[in-house]
Amino acid sequence: MSAPVRAAAWRRLKRLGGPRLTRGNLLAAGVTLLLGVALVAQVQSTAASDLEELREEDLIALLDDVTNRADKLEAEVRRLEQDKARLEAGGDDDAAARAAERRLESYQILAGTVPVSGPGVEVVVRDPERELNTTIVIDVIQELRDGGSEAIQIGEVRVVASTWVEMRRDTLVVDGTSVSAPYEVLAIGDPHTLAGALAIPGGFIDNVRRSGGSVDVVERPDMVVDALHEPSPHQYARPVP
Amino acid sequence: MIPVLGLVVGVVLGLLLQPEVPLWLEPYLAIAVIAALDAVFGGVRAGLEGVFNDRIFVISIASNVVVAALIVFLGIQLGVGAQLSTGVVVVLGLRIFSNVAAIRRHLLGA
Repeated sequence: MSAPVRAAAWRRLKRLGGPRLTRGNLLAAGVTLLLGVALVAQVQSTAASDLEELREEDLIALLDDVTNRADKLEAEVRRLEQDKARLEAGGDDDAAARAAERRLESYQILAGTVPVSGPGVEVVVRDPERELNTTIVIDVIQELRDGGSEAIQIGEVRVVASTWVEMRRDTLVVDGTSVSAPYEVLAIGDPHTLAGALAIPGGFIDNVRRSGGSVDVVERPDMVVDALHEPSPHQYARPVP
Repeated sequence: MIPVLGLVVGVVLGLLLQPEVPLWLEPYLAIAVIAALDAVFGGVRAGLEGVFNDRIFVISIASNVVVAALIVFLGIQLGVGAQLSTGVVVVLGLRIFSNVAAIRRHLLGA
């Protein structure tokens, strides 16, 4: 491009730059005005819609995600509404109370704080030669528990989870209480199963006989275990929250 | 000078009025803006070459916008709207580049 052409171009640019009110200038101004408005409008509408910029796969993934979350939340809503309806229905207060009462009962029996009655076995152990040791006493407790007994009493002592057994100068001591001979053991449970558990060959009854003692097992359809265990407050153990 | 002022006023108007672009217009508006830009650069080039004609300028800008919108419309109807829009943008971009190159050659000789 030669210099004269360039000079002419600059001259024309200057002429174009000047504020001349010609028809062409006005027309061009109108068109560029429209262009400016359209440009800004398009830029702003694009900036406003962030989702439209995403690719189809991203949109599908996003949609899936949202749908999944909506499903989960809907399921949760249904569950909570069912809970609400159940709690609101008046009769179910009783159900909750009954369930709590049943649980309390079973805990009381386990803890030995209430007298209980039911079918069971009455075991009388005679030990004239004072040959009985703690192992045999623990053995009878274990056999009775294994046989499904729900409450056990030795002499006047209720056997609970924390019960301990000791032979102190030929006297049986259970939970710190002396039990005088003949030892009377009461267990509530299925009488037949409990009697069978004690009579296993090489089991409790055999052991006592070998030590020179004798055992009487009486199955009773209804009996009472009325010795109570006084639960002491726990000094060290705390429930983990 | 006045067309540049027109552009500035248009931008300011757009910012002030915040016109809402209807959804159906959006794919066309973007292409139309690029087509109009192409025509504007063509007009500047013609002005520098001394052959600027207001009638031709208006007609070229209008036809550019209409043809671009038609092509996009056709593309959308055929299910290839996005691809055809890209094609139109490429072609218009090439034209803008060549127009700007001509303007640069006229003014700077390079």
